[in-house]
Amino acid sequence: MLRLILKKLGLLIPTFIGVTLVAFFSIRQLPGDPILLLAGERGVSPERYQELVERFGYDKSIWLQYLSYLGDLFQGNLGNSFVTKQPVLSEFLTLFPATVELSVCAIIFAVVIGLPAGIIAAVKRGKTLDHSVMTTALVGYSMPIFWWGPLLIILFSGFLGWTPVSGRISLMFWIEPVTGFMLIDTLLADEPGAFASAVSHLILPSIALGTIPLAVIARQTRSAMLEVLDEDYVRTARAKGLSNFRVVGVHALRNALIPVITIIGLQIGVLFAGAILTETIFSWPGIGKWMVDSIFRRDYPVVQGGLLLIAAIVMIVNLIVDLLYGLVNPKIRHTE
Amino acid sequence: MANVTQNSAPDTRFELIVNFWLHFRTNKGAVAALFFFLALVFIAVFAAFIAPHSPIEQYRDALLLPPAWTEGGNWSYVLGTDAVGRDILSRLIYGSQISLGIGVIVVSVALVVGVCLGLVAGTFRGWLETAIMRVMDIVLSFPSLLLALVLVAILGPSLLNAMIAIAIIQLPYYVRLTRASVISEMSREYVMAARVSGVGTVRLMFVTVLPNCMAPLIVQAALSFSTAILDAAALGFLGMGAQPPQPEWGTMLAEAREFILNAPWVMTFPGLAILTTVLAINLIGDGLRDALDPKLKRS
Repeated sequence: MLRLILKKLGLLIPTFIGVTLVAFFSIRQLPGDPILLLAGERGVSPERYQELVERFGYDKSIWLQYLSYLGDLFQGNLGNSFVTKQPVLSEFLTLFPATVELSVCAIIFAVVIGLPAGIIAAVKRGKTLDHSVMTTALVGYSMPIFWWGPLLIILFSGFLGWTPVSGRISLMFWIEPVTGFMLIDTLLADEPGAFASAVSHLILPSIALGTIPLAVIARQTRSAMLEVLDEDYVRTARAKGLSNFRVVGVHALRNALIPVITIIGLQIGVLFAGAILTETIFSWPGIGKWMVDSIFRRDYPVVQGGLLLIAAIVMIVNLIVDLLYGLVNPKIRHTE
Repeated sequence: MANVTQNSAPDTRFELIVNFWLHFRTNKGAVAALFFFLALVFIAVFAAFIAPHSPIEQYRDALLLPPAWTEGGNWSYVLGTDAVGRDILSRLIYGSQISLGIGVIVVSVALVVGVCLGLVAGTFRGWLETAIMRVMDIVLSFPSLLLALVLVAILGPSLLNAMIAIAIIQLPYYVRLTRASVISEMSREYVMAARVSGVGTVRLMFVTVLPNCMAPLIVQAALSFSTAILDAAALGFLGMGAQPPQPEWGTMLAEAREFILNAPWVMTFPGLAILTTVLAINLIGDGLRDALDPKLKRS
């Protein structure tokens, strides 16, 4: 097992180096002179400009610059934001919990509804219920988040007035960020009002972000269940006289869950792409909005560092899913 | 001998198509979606004759007019007008040209380039394959929309650059699919026979092997057609795709964002247009998959 992990990690290294190349060179291609951007509207004197060119190493060859960038990277230095002057890594770590919190809630929403929906559709195969669940799933799968989000706002915030329009928590509360997860922090601060506010702020973005994974999970669950329900052991379980509920819920579901869990794990890239839109719509202060804002502000170090960190996270999560899949499913043996 | 095979070829091809249609026809949703899609193509082609108004003309005396059937509506602007007095229905009709155009161009570029790379990787193997697949792995390790955003930021925000960026992020799927099918086809006997009879490598790749790898590629093309439309609209929504006053559906949504609470119809119709189009294409894609490739059948 250890050998397998090491081997898979080894395969990631060339990809990761490629990712650093993309992050480094793509940002160099962005229009605009970074030093002039850094100086802002005040501008710089020619002497100061020359000094800054030397300090940032822009006078050296591009490959030397890349090597010094790699060197900084291995020391955990991703540069400082042009706008806030803060280190990119610490900004990322401050905002990351907000995105994780939103994504986890979205996935919980997706699983809680998608899994039973898929099971019901499989059990009622070919019936009206199956068709309506699957049609709804396909509508969800085709849903443009950047329309669905505002639609939810129109309905639940504008029309019914149930939920807030944007942000993570009402401005009435100031919660000391301990973990960065608003739900946990408000509980730690022992403020039930703030906790309720945080929950109500989470509902709409979670639904918006969770809709596509929900549809994917429902479809995947249905097809996995259909496959399993045809197996001999399910027939045996039925022949033993077990209740339908027990056969479906225990014998079949357990085996159908393996591909479904893999699909959930592989949703992280999709989830992140969705988070960019969801966070922009709901003004959610997470990584997605941070990246979009930085692209528009031409905050190059942030775009570069964010791109790299996000790619690294996606790669690692996919690796973990891959390994777990081999672990839980003995039928899939990783070939050496 | 060669003559005989050539004569029988059109027959089998015709049979294949008939067979495909008989399978496809059983999926009622897919057939309905196909008719919807054909209607959409008709609307896009004849937009200039169908649209009641110009998509960019601003009627200053009719700002933010609600749809005709609601109070204060005007039948001259059936779906109402936007904040600068442009007719929403006309913009939607012209927008179908842009969205379908995006789908066609992105899928063709990604398909052609991806199939060529996949064929090369699957045929020659070795370092060339490793290099191509590694580059595809790199593209896949970024969340698609994020990579597209950064690419568009580099190239400059415009519809053309958005299409280039989306074609690049879709490339890996075609390369992987083609490579996998080419590798499995290469060990078949008919390929061996072709090799023995002295078929050149290029002919072997494109004429002998490629047609046998088409089924999953066609399904992928249909599904990525809808992804391309969604991604382009998302870029437009973020201000990085089609630029105003182009009547692209995502860009229309972005312009409508300020008014979502007091003029919800400005936001409703472009979104509905995107949803129905994408839904129709996904339904067709599902139907194609079931008809062409029973192995991939998910339901």
